[in-house]
Amino acid sequence: MLSLRFAIPTANTLTPPKIKPKPGLVVQTAWNQTDLFPSLPKRNDYKLQAATTDLSVAGDIPAEEVVELPAELSRELMPKHVAVIMDGNGRWARQRGLATSAGHEAGVKALRELVELCCQWGIQVLTVFAFSYENWIRPKVEVDFLMSLFERALKSEVESLSRGGIRISVIGDSTKLPTSLQKLINEVEETTKHNSRLQLIVAVSYSGKYDVVQACRSIAEKAKDGQIQLDDINESLIEQELETNCTEHPYPDLLIRTSGELRVSNFLLWQLAYTELFFAQELWPDFRKDEFVDALSSYQQRQRRYGGRH
Amino acid sequence: MEKEVMSSLKMAGNILCSASSFIRKCIFGVLRVGPIPNHIAFIMDGNRRYAKKQKLSHDGAAGGGGRYDAGFWALMVMLLYCQELGVKYITAYAFSIDNFKRKPEEVESLMASMLEKFHLLDILVKRLAVRVHFVGNLELLSNELRASAMELTEATAAYSKSVLTICIAYTSRDEILHAVRESCEQKRIDLEFDNDDDNEIKLMKVEKNMYMAVAPDPDIIIRTGGENRLSNFLLWQSCWSHLHSMWVLWPEIGVWNLVFAILNFQRNKTYHLEMRKKEKEL
Repeated sequence: MLSLRFAIPTANTLTPPKIKPKPGLVVQTAWNQTDLFPSLPKRNDYKLQAATTDLSVAGDIPAEEVVELPAELSRELMPKHVAVIMDGNGRWARQRGLATSAGHEAGVKALRELVELCCQWGIQVLTVFAFSYENWIRPKVEVDFLMSLFERALKSEVESLSRGGIRISVIGDSTKLPTSLQKLINEVEETTKHNSRLQLIVAVSYSGKYDVVQACRSIAEKAKDGQIQLDDINESLIEQELETNCTEHPYPDLLIRTSGELRVSNFLLWQLAYTELFFAQELWPDFRKDEFVDALSSYQQRQRRYGGRH
Repeated sequence: MEKEVMSSLKMAGNILCSASSFIRKCIFGVLRVGPIPNHIAFIMDGNRRYAKKQKLSHDGAAGGGGRYDAGFWALMVMLLYCQELGVKYITAYAFSIDNFKRKPEEVESLMASMLEKFHLLDILVKRLAVRVHFVGNLELLSNELRASAMELTEATAAYSKSVLTICIAYTSRDEILHAVRESCEQKRIDLEFDNDDDNEIKLMKVEKNMYMAVAPDPDIIIRTGGENRLSNFLLWQSCWSHLHSMWVLWPEIGVWNLVFAILNFQRNKTYHLEMRKKEKEL
């Protein structure tokens, strides 16, 4: 493994220092750089934002408490859909001399906190990459543990999720999941389908490529049945056939990946066309409120041009 | 006296060039100890900001898109460095379908600039034995540009030392849409001729119909200009790619930026290979 410490200073840093932003300054994070830009304007005009919207529906969801946003963030610039690749549970456990299962349990706690923050800060959709299609190759013991962890987490959280107005959707190839988990997922989706405060999409046994292939198969079936002509196949039709058709906002505004890895790993390929990417150095169980604020703050400073002009 | 000074300066210049070339060769030699990526893709962002910095006029001294000249030369320099390092495939995101949304005069100026560069590109790629592909929805281009692209593709078809893929009138979603349509059309033909051995469209079939089937998936995607997004570029092919963003504007990219990106890639190469193998096993 080559050494990464250069005697000759370069413009780019391999391992960017973790710099906490001073009040008024914003940290912009490139894929593998961190830098301070003192010339960026202070966001004093959006220092405190209080949310007082009452989201109670038919008495099921309690009213929101008044929530103050951190000083760096602006409610108007909050992304509608945040996606997260929750990487680093295994490494977190190894660093502490614990079993991998302890890392996954810690990961669930971090997810719980993130869901709460998203609810408080007005994010409408949160998609998390819990288990990828490629993860089936992991040791059976670990896979079985993860499946039982999903079941336990769903069973224990469904009530509080319902009370909190959170809708759960699960995407991915569910045919490979244990039957009991498949049944539980269907029940939870059914129970929470009318909730509207936050939609939590959990990607389990998911592959971005297979999502596109299953959309292609579905379209081919429709074409075979004469429901559509080949000329009718367009981007909008593909979007409708993808598994993210369970939400009104299928395209994430922001993708966060933890543990410092700089890749997308077959997650939501079609959907990430214009998504802002943020790569955090922290391992997933250590990704808490401060780190989420950094990610959102970086997002809010970016100019999204969609190929057009500045 | 003046001649002696000029001659000394020229000698000093040559020595410096030789010295920097020697240093570069040494650095590349060290890099080659580790794994060298087979395919590097570039999102060439920052041309307009560079032009603004340099205060280049809209039309430029040469007429028609002078602001993109520096960007063209930056691509040629990267091509040279990659060839020297042993990177076989280079892909560049030259023009997105979304860029048609820009002001018509800007789009025209960019198209004119590209057309102007074909002659130069022709000379350079033949000299370097580089095969050139143009991928994208080429029907959206003018007849002249499309014809020049086809001509250059045919003229370089026999070369195999390096492959340069230029994405023009391209977006990844359009590419996937095209692949889906082709796959559905092939399925329809198979059913018509009762030739349907497989019941379902497979991933390999969809991949074969991608415009980018001319090259393997990129090992590294380098984006200049400081933005952190894929902008509808190689969404399908980038799933295991190492993503490297740099603040430098595209025309300012240099050898150190490339070296740095490759070093970063080398840290994670084992993981890439492992995951690609796992994907094939599933």
